[in-house]
Amino acid sequence: MKPAPFEYFAPQAIDEALKLLQKYGEEAKVLAGGQSLMPLLSLRLARPAVIIDINRLRDLAFIRSEPDGGLRIGALARQRAVERSGQVATQCPLIAAAMPLIGHFQIRNRGTIGGSLAHADPAAELPAVSLTLEAEFVVRSTRGERAIAAKDFFLGYMTTAIEPSELLTEIRIPATRPRVGWAIEEVARRRGDFAMVGVVTLVELNGNDTCQNSRIVVFGAGEKPERVARAERLLCGKRTDEHALAEVAKAVTEDLDPVSDVHASAEYRKEVGGVLTRRALQNAFKRAQKETA
Amino acid sequence: MSSKHTITVTVNGKSYERLVEARVTLADFLRNELDLTGTHLGCEHGVCGACTILLNGEAVRSCSLLAVQADGAELLTVEGLARGAELHPLQQAFQDQHALQCGFCTPGFLMTAYAFLKERPKPTETEVREAISGNLCRCTGYLPIVKAILQAAGKTTT
Ligand SMILES: Cc1cc2nc3c(=O)[nH]c(=O)nc-3n(C[C@H](O)[C@H](O)[C@H](O)COP(=O)(O)OP(=O)(O)OC[C@H]3O[C@@H](n4cnc5c(N)ncnc54)[C@H](O)[C@@H]3O)c2cc1C
Ligand code: FES
Ligand code: FES
Repeated sequence: MKPAPFEYFAPQAIDEALKLLQKYGEEAKVLAGGQSLMPLLSLRLARPAVIIDINRLRDLAFIRSEPDGGLRIGALARQRAVERSGQVATQCPLIAAAMPLIGHFQIRNRGTIGGSLAHADPAAELPAVSLTLEAEFVVRSTRGERAIAAKDFFLGYMTTAIEPSELLTEIRIPATRPRVGWAIEEVARRRGDFAMVGVVTLVELNGNDTCQNSRIVVFGAGEKPERVARAERLLCGKRTDEHALAEVAKAVTEDLDPVSDVHASAEYRKEVGGVLTRRALQNAFKRAQKETA
Repeated sequence: MSSKHTITVTVNGKSYERLVEARVTLADFLRNELDLTGTHLGCEHGVCGACTILLNGEAVRSCSLLAVQADGAELLTVEGLARGAELHPLQQAFQDQHALQCGFCTPGFLMTAYAFLKERPKPTETEVREAISGNLCRCTGYLPIVKAILQAAGKTTT
């Protein structure tokens, strides 16, 4: 239960961190909040030769509103800071609502936004939320910077498009459109545990409260968070009535193909995925109806 | 290959300078290097909360931090709560409410509750339950711990 030996660097500037990443690449692991990496090191599930601690890169801890209503969050912003941020609560209440579902406050005091996204646990909230919001990920290396769309960022089980020489520096969340409602629902064994299954939704209504656009993302039920395209299509043109929502929920249950593990059976995940979809959509519709065009 | 680093930390108001191996966790550093064994280790992977301490005023799990990361930081551990022979109001409340049996989890609960009450001096019972949800206790059944924290609420001045 003790980490194996490694070489430790704590760069003071981003460029210095990028040079180290360039030099050590696959041998190195970036250490952010440590709330996932430290357990992996202690259990010796990870044995990197080099640790690059990015906690001194204070320039990456920002939370910034854009003039167009978008939001930019630095990779090193602590989950707790995002949870408490007034800007996040007004510009992107979905993110604010997701934060308290992550572990416990002691975990969020250290855990970072970038760490959760780079770790890409299939049952984690933020990857699913960022996919729902069509966020953009900014990664940097000594060769320069590139932006990756959320749909291209999560590649598989705990795997992302970040190259070994790259550092995730920020995520960009586009401005919320008018008449959009959101919701996040999950079922976990105990408060603060990873979800056994969860659902994030967005619905955009037109003038007569009909859904013209939606996202339905399920997490904890596969290798990575996934949009359920058929359910999204079914919802299009629908108003919030029990029959329509039941139909969409059924599509989610049918289309999920989860695994069974110690936490829950595949059948359970399918069934609960549907139930949570219905609940989330009800809440999302309610919120959207309150929004004025 | 391993690296060693000199770090300076202030623990419970006292400053220490030590040479540490990079892979040593902050919890092991406190216990083995500074002989501050009040901080307990249960799971050593972030789940049980027994190792909770305050790092620059915020509750964190000391098993999930490296000692080198605490260079320059101010730490508060359970040893720093009492004033001489006088127990901290939280400690007194834990005693009054029988909020500990074996006591293994107690330092973690105390430090969690300390950080929580600083931020939320008059919490509701629901908020207390939520605040301690990241700490495990195998003995008490939690109810006495909730009561103790509610008793201490308002008495905590520091
Ligand atoms: C008891 C417990 C319960 C938890 N419950 C939940 C939960 O319910 N939901 C949830 O989502 N999470 C949960 N977590 C995980 C927590 O949210 C972590 O904080 C998060 O997964 C990782 O963020 P971190 O900043 O701690 O990253 P670290 O642990 O430091 O790093 C995680 C991984 O990401 C890489 N990385 C980090 N930052 C960057 C970067 N900027 N660029 C490139 N790579 C990077 C690291 O190299 C490492 O591989 C829980 C953790 C614990 C211990
Ligand atoms: S010992 Fe640190 S959380 Fe269990
Ligand atoms: S008192 Fe024994 S574990 Fe809590």
